[in-house]
Amino acid sequence: MDLLRFTTAGSVDDGKSTLIGRLLYDSKSIFEDQMEAIENASSKKGEEKVNLALLTDGLRAEREQGITIDVAYRYFATPKRKFIVADTPGHIQYTRNMVTGASTANLAIILVDARNGIVEQTKRHSFIASLLGIPHIIYCINKMDLVDYNVKTFTKIKEELTGFSSKLNTKDVRFIPISALNGDNIVNRSNEMEWYEGSTLLHTLENIHIASDYNLIDCRFPIQNVIRPQNKKFHDFRGYAGRISGGVFKKGDEVVVLPSGFLSKIKSIVTYNKEIDEAHAPMSVTVTLNDDFDISRGDMIVRENNQPRILKEIELMVCWLDENPLIEKGKYTVKHTSKEVRGIIKEILYKIDINTLHRNVEDRKINCNDIARITIKLSQPLLVDKYNDNRSTGSLIIIDENTNNTVGAGMII
Amino acid sequence: MNKYQLSHLEELEAESIFIIREVASQFENPVLLFSGGKDSIVCYHLARKAFYPANVPFPLMHIDTGHNFDELYQFRDELVKETKARLIIASVQKSIDQGKIIEEKGINSSRNKLQTTTLLDSINEYQFDCAMGGARRDEEKARAKERFFSHRDDFGQWDPKNQRPELWNIFNGKKNFGEHFRAFPISNWTEMDIWQYILKENIKIPSLYFSHNRECFIRNNVVMAKTDFIETQAEEEIQNMRVRFRTIGDATCTGATLSDADSLEMIIDEVSSSRITERGGRADDKRSEAAMEDRKKEGYF
Repeated sequence: MDLLRFTTAGSVDDGKSTLIGRLLYDSKSIFEDQMEAIENASSKKGEEKVNLALLTDGLRAEREQGITIDVAYRYFATPKRKFIVADTPGHIQYTRNMVTGASTANLAIILVDARNGIVEQTKRHSFIASLLGIPHIIYCINKMDLVDYNVKTFTKIKEELTGFSSKLNTKDVRFIPISALNGDNIVNRSNEMEWYEGSTLLHTLENIHIASDYNLIDCRFPIQNVIRPQNKKFHDFRGYAGRISGGVFKKGDEVVVLPSGFLSKIKSIVTYNKEIDEAHAPMSVTVTLNDDFDISRGDMIVRENNQPRILKEIELMVCWLDENPLIEKGKYTVKHTSKEVRGIIKEILYKIDINTLHRNVEDRKINCNDIARITIKLSQPLLVDKYNDNRSTGSLIIIDENTNNTVGAGMII
Repeated sequence: MNKYQLSHLEELEAESIFIIREVASQFENPVLLFSGGKDSIVCYHLARKAFYPANVPFPLMHIDTGHNFDELYQFRDELVKETKARLIIASVQKSIDQGKIIEEKGINSSRNKLQTTTLLDSINEYQFDCAMGGARRDEEKARAKERFFSHRDDFGQWDPKNQRPELWNIFNGKKNFGEHFRAFPISNWTEMDIWQYILKENIKIPSLYFSHNRECFIRNNVVMAKTDFIETQAEEEIQNMRVRFRTIGDATCTGATLSDADSLEMIIDEVSSSRITERGGRADDKRSEAAMEDRKKEGYF
């Protein structure tokens, strides 16, 4: 059994929480006591039907206002796959949470209200999904029951979305007509839409090919900790612990340690149970080398003929997450893999108008939820790849040194 | 699945080990909260894997209500001895004796909520800057919103509406003096994942999880164990029942399940066919719709 992480996005009231509630309910992942609790809560609020959205709206404020204000994580499994769902809010002021949910997702479900078609949020979410390198997008055209399950409505929205999404990077884009409220095409095929010949949503989620979503070509091993047992049995043991960010490492491989440039060979790959001959992304392992060097957290083990770029100035797309706007020439902390450096925002190149995808070079005020292309000058070089090549070595976060908040999400170009 | 694809358990394990190593690197004085329940046992197992062949570089801390089952204390002490762990026991009884907290009254009284004071005081006393715990997001609706690295202000409080965004696998553990973090390495695991992993890794767990005979009684449709900590009412009849525990908390607020499952395989079968969540038998969560959220805001696990 493997693991698929997906995120859901859509405008307010598009029915995201209802959709997830429906997936959980129809795949029998809701337990009796949870059902009882939401039945009670629904009837207390005077609602006629059981409100499945109450399953994911966990915080008191959310239940009171009937909206989702933070990412809620949900879990379900079918005999084929385990799923982790990041249910993210539709309100503009909470878009940073969509970015959060999207950053670890293999797949995005974007809900579109069949009555309204493409709206500003649809474009924003599609763009964010593409920007964050989510390999698969499924557009669920929801509330088909409210447009009499009309094939023309579906086809029109599908065509518009196909046109729009061709401007984006996402390669795998699919469309499914659904009614989350009534369960059409979620787990069971709809009797009302015989014109639709594709798979149901759950069937698609269970079978979509995700094995190639990790980069298994470019070998990257950022070091998290140095393991020195200093006990009798392992007196001379010196291991480098970390999670492989890319590629496959084998015992005996010739490697280079960056930034120092030391050459060595992999002596062993250690896990608790046993030594192994090879390890690949995204495994957490401990590696020992033939030679003893002064290596520490933030260094990276790679192959000599395939190295990341070593840059003291980086260009990136940034999604701003904080109420305080980004300050040009401002100093921030930059966190990238296991390395932390200081940086100065050197230049704001342009801001993206997410409705038109046009570059706006005039308005350079970067507020919360804005997406911009910037350059940062770093106090020390970072070992980076392009985000499109590697989501781990190509991503970074920006931290405000006054508040300690995570204020920016960066994707290196 | 192809050769270079991890199973869901392998992927969850890799993620959790990464997080535990991040905690050890980013904080000066972390601690692993250890209740002796299956989730904290799995966390400790993952910590041992993360630093092997070195020892786990942080202590375990048990917030002990004094109302635990005997089997749990015995298991805890054996595990500590066998793995040479450093164990700190923070006693709720001591906090009561010092007059910091007042014991609840009434037949459904429990020390569950009182643990918060003892936990926050101990974090202060030992100057811990990060307390790791085995909470899972699938357990409860407020926990579903929790971050891996969760910031606490200098009163130990959680502000769920104003959490730091957490992107990719980059964790921001920066804080001001007096503040601390909670870290939850197994956030993404479900109850089923935990059981499958315990089976896969052959991890020892307390005997309470397996079917056994015990003196019990029924209160509010929940099977409760007879212990010295609970006063039974006249109409509550003590019966010998074949039970096991799906989750282990205080004897005062943890319900038992009627069960014949005496092996991990049978437990997994039972969990997969169960129609009730594991916390369905926890009286502490039933106090109100937002019981967990309210306790968490104050500084609970």
